[in-house]
Amino acid sequence: MHRLLTALTLLFVLAGLTTALAQSGEFYDPEQLAFELAAMDMEPEGPEGQPWIQAIAPEYIDTSEYATEGPWTVCFSNAGVNNPWRVVGYTTMEAEVELHPDIATFVHVDAEGSDNKQISDISGLLASGDCDILIVSPNTTAALTPAVEAACEQLPVIVFDRGVNTDCPVSFIKPIGGYAFGAAAANFIVEQLPQGGNVLALRILPGVDVLEHRWAGAERIFADAGLRVVGAEFAEGSNAMTKSIVEDYLQLYGTIDAIWMDAGATAVAAIEAFEDFGAPYPIITGEDQQDFLLKWQEEGLTAVAPTFPTYQWRTPIIAATMILSGEDVPSFWVLPQPVVTQETLESYIQPNMPPLHYALCGCEDMPGFPERWGGR
Amino acid sequence: MSEAVVTRTPAWKLALIGVGKVAPVFFVLLVLIVWITILNPRFIEPTFFLNFLRRSAPLMILAAGQLFVVVSGGFDLSQGSLVTLTVLAGALLAFGDPATTWWVILVLYGIGLLVGVFNGSVTSFLRVPSFITTLGMLLTLKGIALLWTGGAPRGSLPDNFRAFGRATIDDVPVLGRLPWAVIILVLLAAFFIYLFHRTVLGKHALAVGDNQRAAALAGINVHLVRISAFTISSLSAVTAGILLGGFSGVSINVGDGLELEAISAVVLGGAALLGGRGNMPAALAGALTLQALFTLLNFLGLPSPLRVTVQGAIIIGAVGFAAWRAVRAGHERGA
Repeated sequence: MHRLLTALTLLFVLAGLTTALAQSGEFYDPEQLAFELAAMDMEPEGPEGQPWIQAIAPEYIDTSEYATEGPWTVCFSNAGVNNPWRVVGYTTMEAEVELHPDIATFVHVDAEGSDNKQISDISGLLASGDCDILIVSPNTTAALTPAVEAACEQLPVIVFDRGVNTDCPVSFIKPIGGYAFGAAAANFIVEQLPQGGNVLALRILPGVDVLEHRWAGAERIFADAGLRVVGAEFAEGSNAMTKSIVEDYLQLYGTIDAIWMDAGATAVAAIEAFEDFGAPYPIITGEDQQDFLLKWQEEGLTAVAPTFPTYQWRTPIIAATMILSGEDVPSFWVLPQPVVTQETLESYIQPNMPPLHYALCGCEDMPGFPERWGGR
Repeated sequence: MSEAVVTRTPAWKLALIGVGKVAPVFFVLLVLIVWITILNPRFIEPTFFLNFLRRSAPLMILAAGQLFVVVSGGFDLSQGSLVTLTVLAGALLAFGDPATTWWVILVLYGIGLLVGVFNGSVTSFLRVPSFITTLGMLLTLKGIALLWTGGAPRGSLPDNFRAFGRATIDDVPVLGRLPWAVIILVLLAAFFIYLFHRTVLGKHALAVGDNQRAAALAGINVHLVRISAFTISSLSAVTAGILLGGFSGVSINVGDGLELEAISAVVLGGAALLGGRGNMPAALAGALTLQALFTLLNFLGLPSPLRVTVQGAIIIGAVGFAAWRAVRAGHERGA
């Protein structure tokens, strides 16, 4: 038992150290930042009202070499279904598959958040020889790059959500990106606080590129505007920790004028901390979760919600059928990334959906809505 | 084991004697509170301090339950995922309807009872080490919670359910805003101290953890003691879940890591990790100390990954200190 405890404590220490080290990495790419900011104002190509098949500044490539007769087997190596965002996304993807009778078999392997499992998942799918096309949502960028490169040699590959360091996939699908997300939220706060004020930034975890980009996009805007960032805290996506941290800062500074968040799942907990403390509501940025949107409407908050839309889970399936039919697809498929504002808030509220349902699933007209997504 | 010998001393005196023996945690707590107060003088104002107690209540209650298992020579690793299950199941069953609150709470305690009796029975009758039993239970409960909800929370907790962890009684003289959770905490703490230091169950748990064979020969029903300890631990986890769900709302990671925090708290409170020694006020203070430490790290502006590191260091420090003290006292058995 002693040895076990020592091992446990060592694990604790290691976990702490590695996360602390990961924090020191630099995630700032001025070129990407500039592109993303420009992309937010560009008019996407594609049919109105169906953002999942729209694309911003696309460059199409010829895919006739991959054309085969249906029915097809589409394989999907998924990083995980381990948070509400991915649950909504994957449910949407399954529904999309049903819309395509040419897809005879859809093989889904869940890596459960592990790089190693995903690498062996991909080699297993390749060895089976059953797949006509492979979709990958990589767990982490660097670790999955070789596995994706190996897959590219055997069959057409589509990567979406998070990226890899290779351009071998036929198409890489993602919304505009994290810099634009973070900047949209930060700009809103700056506009609302012309006299300056205290801003508290709440983040999930250090070291994840998508999340680091969001903060990198916001940090410089606050600095340039001369706002006082009283803290940038990691709450690990936990409601209780979020609430405790906000209470501590309220005590320490008396007033917090704005809360910037890199993800919206704990936004309501942050707002409740102000309620319980008896402090006036802050300016707050969240995401497109129903609980936050509803709270925003009910309390008349000054808020904005950038999004990382879950409708991006529809696009890879559509792209797969296009590629297997030999149609041209964008090689770098940038999806529009709407921002929920006071003007558009009403249209995104769905009281019949679960609290952490993401409004931008693009799934309202799909088979099984709303029960399939937990609504009623 | 002096607690077992003296039977006529009042409970509070016994607790004090115990406190005297495991005192370090109270000094640590005092130092932390003074330190926090220097950084932020408002911390000690009644309203803010009560707020801090409200935030600490779930962990303190978990630690109290965990103490029964630890002194009887086991671990309960399933506490955290039982907290998660409580919150997720509560939201799913209630679906925001205030009329359901009372039966939902009953159902949740029913689940807790089942889990505790199962943990205790497997550990006792099948002689599976509690570490393995409760680790299995941790995974099972987490799996059930995710399967039941489909991986994302559904429904919500009605306001009268959330009141236990969130509501306050306003305008109380001297105290200001008095949270319900603090009242619940005080009542439960008194109950746990009584149960642990003043009833047969507490003494038997200590005896079983100290020397199971001797306890059995002395006529103690070892299985019953074990099962009771695990049941208390599970019921405390359900209570903590109700308070946490009330405090912060529904999320799938609400209970993550709480079992280790509770064990850390108990160890910090001077309990012997192999059983046979422990003290309820000190364990409660251990939980408060951990929470104060997290608050201090916040106020100091240190990155939160440091929390886990500090927690690890505390366990090593506390176990090391206990071992050193045992050696110095010339005991055969280390802590």
